[in-house]
Amino acid sequence: MDVYLPIANLSVNAIVIVLLGGGVGLLSGMFGIGGGFLTTPLLIIYGIPPTVAAASSASQVTGASVSGVFAHLRRGGVDFKMGGVLVAGGMLGSIAGGWIFRLLQASGQIDTVIAVVYVLLLGSIGSMMAREAWVAIRVTHGAVAPRPRKRRHHPLVAALPLRTRFYASGLYISPLAPLLLGFGVGILTILLGVGGGFILIPAMLYLLGMGTQVVVGTSLFQTLFVTATATMVHATTTKAVDIVLAALLLLGSVAGAQVGARFASKVKPEYLRMALAIIVLLVGFRILLGLTWRPDEIFSVELS
Amino acid sequence: MRKGFLALLLAPLLMGQARPASKPILVPDVSQRDIEIAYSFTGADLLLFGAILYPGGRLPDDDKPADVVVVIKGPVQSILLREKAKVAGIWVNASRLRYSSVPSFYAIASSRPVGQVIDQRTRAIYELGLDSLQLSPGSSAPQAVQDRFARGLVDLKRRSGLYVEAPRAVEITDGVLYRARITIPARVPVGRFTAETFLIRDGRVLAAATRDIDIRKSGFERFVARSAEKRAIPYGLFTVFLSVLFGWSAGWIARRV
Repeated sequence: MDVYLPIANLSVNAIVIVLLGGGVGLLSGMFGIGGGFLTTPLLIIYGIPPTVAAASSASQVTGASVSGVFAHLRRGGVDFKMGGVLVAGGMLGSIAGGWIFRLLQASGQIDTVIAVVYVLLLGSIGSMMAREAWVAIRVTHGAVAPRPRKRRHHPLVAALPLRTRFYASGLYISPLAPLLLGFGVGILTILLGVGGGFILIPAMLYLLGMGTQVVVGTSLFQTLFVTATATMVHATTTKAVDIVLAALLLLGSVAGAQVGARFASKVKPEYLRMALAIIVLLVGFRILLGLTWRPDEIFSVELS
Repeated sequence: MRKGFLALLLAPLLMGQARPASKPILVPDVSQRDIEIAYSFTGADLLLFGAILYPGGRLPDDDKPADVVVVIKGPVQSILLREKAKVAGIWVNASRLRYSSVPSFYAIASSRPVGQVIDQRTRAIYELGLDSLQLSPGSSAPQAVQDRFARGLVDLKRRSGLYVEAPRAVEITDGVLYRARITIPARVPVGRFTAETFLIRDGRVLAAATRDIDIRKSGFERFVARSAEKRAIPYGLFTVFLSVLFGWSAGWIARRV
């Protein structure tokens, strides 16, 4: 079933796009991630122009995070004060990201930068997750559990001024720390078309030292608002948001996310984390190969 | 310069009218003057056909065959062509060349390969063939570099189906009726396309004629493209609204199943 995408200016097989969204949604429901880091590269491999792919997959992450946010709201798993600061930083970051995006686009290095940032992020976070999951799996097989790390924030965070209390997170830190964190994630959201949960969650745990019961809900809260802002930034600057593409992706991903969430409750979490780590590392490795192997297309055309 | 080129193009036709005794006239047509892009658009099959009217209704009686060449050109675009090179182990865009007017689509069909029909110089004048396109790069790069970029551009466009060469795709019936089928892929830009027909005999262009084809988005597709361009903020807000609605309703349904 072919459908013409009015902004991407090409026709795609609707079923392939819905299934692609469904597959990513399945993973996002299973692992509690937005899945943008998979959608954007997969769309580019399918032949969608990179800008349209990054601009349109942000709205898929918005859709995927909505039902998660509601679920966490019902059981009080969102720290609104922390979330608000992160969102404020994220919105500023996405505006700055839009500016960086145009700058890199003009210099012709946007694709390389996107790929390099992907390789660095996916490589480091994937190996961190794999190591952590490996330790957890060994523990379930009778190994001695390592002493849990004392939960505390990074010394740099403690050095920042204007401390305030975040009751739900159990923290007394400067709001500048989450603001900067949100800012950085906002830039990545625009550049990579990702929600940033896979960076935000480790940062909240290990840099800020937030209470685990509010980490996922607050991260989804920030993802929801920042991806919505990213869609707006792309709609007004690059004008590359393809609503037909977004709707097809959403259709698959929101359905897949529900199926994935049910499946996740039946599998041991440490195996899930190991599986996610392997997927993250494979995607990162694939992008690294793309950078170092001779590309199929030496020449590329940009309208000016 | 453009006017001059047009005059050159039409010259054989005008001369044909002035001296009907010696020159044939082409009467071309296309199967579709307007192509509307709708939701299921996967490309268009164009039939280009027409008649060759010889003065007095008689075919020339010598044995030199007449050939018909049909060229479809899309609207010209201003582009930046980038070339990748390996820098410090990774492939990055290293050099670039700007072109102010490159046809977004170019298809040439002929009754025999154009190389056998007409000489290189005339082909360059009429832009007949992918190796004869006047790409006019906007820089003073050395000729070797310009040639490398031109080959890269044509190769890229050819593999994505936007530049097409179809030798022997024009059928001529009884020396007077011709027809050719050309497929326009879905990824062409919208705008005014031209279909040029050339009658060539003995290495000379005897007649030429042009027809316009308009390709535009219609209905929903036009509405979306216009909204994204002209009403960016409501368009973005609606996209966000749509994603929240999808996500929320999926969660709502899942809680009740």
